[in-house]
Amino acid sequence: MALTRDTDLHRRRLSRNLGLGVVLIGFAALVFGLTIAKVQSGSKLEAYDHQPRVTLLPATGAGQ
Amino acid sequence: MSDIGYLDQGKEAQFGDYVALLKPRVMSLVVFTAFVGLVVAPVPVHPFVGFVAILFIALGGGASGALNMWYDADIDRIMRRTKGRPIPAGLVTEGEALGFGLALAGISCVMLALAANIFAGAFLAFTIFFYAVVYTMWLKRSTPQNIVIGGAAGAFPPMIGWAVATGGVSLESVAMFMLVFLWTPPHFWSLALFMKDDYSNAGVPMLTVTHGRKATRLQILVYTLILAPVAIGTAFTSIGGPVYLAVSLALNALFLKGAWGIYRRAEDTATDDRYAYEKRFFYFSLLYLFGHFLALLIEKGLTYFGLGGW
Repeated sequence: MALTRDTDLHRRRLSRNLGLGVVLIGFAALVFGLTIAKVQSGSKLEAYDHQPRVTLLPATGAGQ
Repeated sequence: MSDIGYLDQGKEAQFGDYVALLKPRVMSLVVFTAFVGLVVAPVPVHPFVGFVAILFIALGGGASGALNMWYDADIDRIMRRTKGRPIPAGLVTEGEALGFGLALAGISCVMLALAANIFAGAFLAFTIFFYAVVYTMWLKRSTPQNIVIGGAAGAFPPMIGWAVATGGVSLESVAMFMLVFLWTPPHFWSLALFMKDDYSNAGVPMLTVTHGRKATRLQILVYTLILAPVAIGTAFTSIGGPVYLAVSLALNALFLKGAWGIYRRAEDTATDDRYAYEKRFFYFSLLYLFGHFLALLIEKGLTYFGLGGW
């Protein structure tokens, strides 16, 4: 008895669980796609670690 | 969106019921106007970034829909039109709808800020706040001009779309806002004229109930008169052009004619033909808004062929 009730519950919730699964996978895909898009467009890619920031260094006078 | 499991016998909320909490039909208007706002902006947006931005603007709109259904559950239970919504139907509890709405509001604003810019994300947050708090909680139940306030919330999406591209506000985005904002009262009140809904039982001060149908007809005419110069004037901003001007002149002439007809109609004539004229005006109002935004889109499309604009 308990078993059938249980499977019935699972059956009724199947669409909800599948839907949520699709949404979560879709969200991960969106974030990945955004990363690709942002990297491709290439603006503001300067990172703030591991190396001196070129824009913050004093001008060397070579270009003046 | 599909409503999977809608015919389920047990009172178990299905995936489609959570989708219904987001008011998908309102969402389609949000998607379209936000898309036009984003596309007509002078700054190009990466197509995928644009897609994600529209998606989260729509989700933010959906979140405010869920918050609206949470707060208005008591009214929705009384009115025939809204009795079938997930909360009155007993499928989703009020607390679930509140949590769902708040979570989605947070996700959509943060994701829009990350995908586009902080200003667009903040603007979306303001829009959700405006719809859920200013309109739903405060003014909807206290003033017969509630439709006008609600219209403002519905008019923000093209401005958010514009902000996604440009990071700010400008005359053109305000013009698109005004177009939807001033269009909402004639659109919704013409619906209220023939929708004989039980707003009075629910305690919502709908204009047709508080001031009568005659006053509502006058209000429709007044807002249509204010709308026309704004809609036509948009043709002379940077997003307008000859095509938009022609479309706008034609649509506004017809809309004004319809509003005048509504104003002149006696109530017994209207009941005799079961509000056929009002229904036609209502459906035309949908075409009116769609036509204007489509014309803006066409103007933008023409620029790629060296045409469009002035």
